Amino acid sequence: MIEYVENKEIIARRIARFFKSGDVVNLGIGLPTMVGNFVPSDVTVILQSENGMMGLGPAPAKGQEDKDLTNAGSMPVTVLSGGCFFDSATSFGIIRGGHVDYTVLGVLEVDQEGNLANYKIPGKMVPGMGGAMDLVAGSKKVITATTHLEKSGTSKLKKRCTLPLTAAHEVDIVVTDVGYFAVKDGKFHLMEYFAPYSPEWIVEHTDADVVVDKQCKEFK
Amino acid sequence: MIQKPVISAAKAAAMVRSGNVVHIGGFLGCGSPDTVLKALVESGVHGLTLVCNDTSVLDEKNGRINGVAALVKAKAFSKMIVSHIGTNPETQRQMNAGESEVVLVPQGTLAERIRAAGNGLGGVLTPTGVGTEVEEGKQKIKLNGRDYLLEVALPGDVALIKAKKADKAGNLVYAKTARNFNPLMATSCTVVIAEVEELVEIGDIDPDQVHTPSIFVDYIVMAE
Repeated sequence: MIEYVENKEIIARRIARFFKSGDVVNLGIGLPTMVGNFVPSDVTVILQSENGMMGLGPAPAKGQEDKDLTNAGSMPVTVLSGGCFFDSATSFGIIRGGHVDYTVLGVLEVDQEGNLANYKIPGKMVPGMGGAMDLVAGSKKVITATTHLEKSGTSKLKKRCTLPLTAAHEVDIVVTDVGYFAVKDGKFHLMEYFAPYSPEWIVEHTDADVVVDKQCKEFK
Repeated sequence: MIQKPVISAAKAAAMVRSGNVVHIGGFLGCGSPDTVLKALVESGVHGLTLVCNDTSVLDEKNGRINGVAALVKAKAFSKMIVSHIGTNPETQRQMNAGESEVVLVPQGTLAERIRAAGNGLGGVLTPTGVGTEVEEGKQKIKLNGRDYLLEVALPGDVALIKAKKADKAGNLVYAKTARNFNPLMATSCTVVIAEVEELVEIGDIDPDQVHTPSIFVDYIVMAE
């Protein structure tokens, strides 16, 4: 009997392994931001922030904050050597124009058709889409980062999203705290599973069509 | 070179009249024209349509309030055209109560609609929003096998923008991520008011380093 325990770190850890040196990556607010902490030391990625910069660096030391230098979540950041700033049209030109290799974002729901929902729960919570719709429509690869189950035990992976969509058919990869899935041919293909969960447990606890890929292996 | 009038924040605020469409720079408060916005709150103006990236941060519990948030709280806007309202619960409250109308626009689309307005374009074609609620009521155009939405230009009456530095002719230089929507809004409105931290003599900014050409700027306000 395996008991599900939420584990955001494993999600960030696994996503960080997708990147190779030189990749331009946009990390969403929250869990996706954690991914930056786990990029292997021999891989250099270039972080793009949609509020207008490339070469996003770590948070400044206390007292070193600059009111004119924040990330898209309005948190103080730094800029790495070789970084640059630009206006919002250029920023989304970079995004929509296909110059971002990976966008990583959190979701409320993601489905086996590659649809995702993350900006609106009608009548409850309407934060707005911000840059998410452009990021998802324009990036070369879209990775969604989410815990596998809601606190209620409901699967976040669905056959069909029930909430208003952020984008249709754009998700390539889904990483949860039980495994990593490729989205293709209208199904979730389990590529890796994270101990203690087994492929059988994952299939049983996912409210969607999951195919255990022939190459599926445990992530270590 | 003709010099641009340097005016008080109060005089700038008085140029904004009820019923105006106001473009306000800034991204969650970074790069917003705070001195002019403060004067605008004090002017008590109502019935404005806001065009801005977001409705800023209103977190009264932690004493954090920035950008246009105080104007939202003062109910200055009857309509808000923005990409994000998640950090301002008052915007959500007004929307749910039917006190003000909120139109959510994807951030990149918002940028392009503003840019289009200032650049003589009727609109732009973007793939963003296809297959979502954003496409409702819009013309969809297929080009080379891909669907695009026709998003129309979004002009305004008054732009309130923020720059780091201006010369007396009105050439502007922005700082870091405080640039965001400011250069776009410098082009999109009938009247453009730039709040700046530093005002230098004509010739003191290298022409190669100008971000917004002076031709777009009508008035300058010194930041407090």
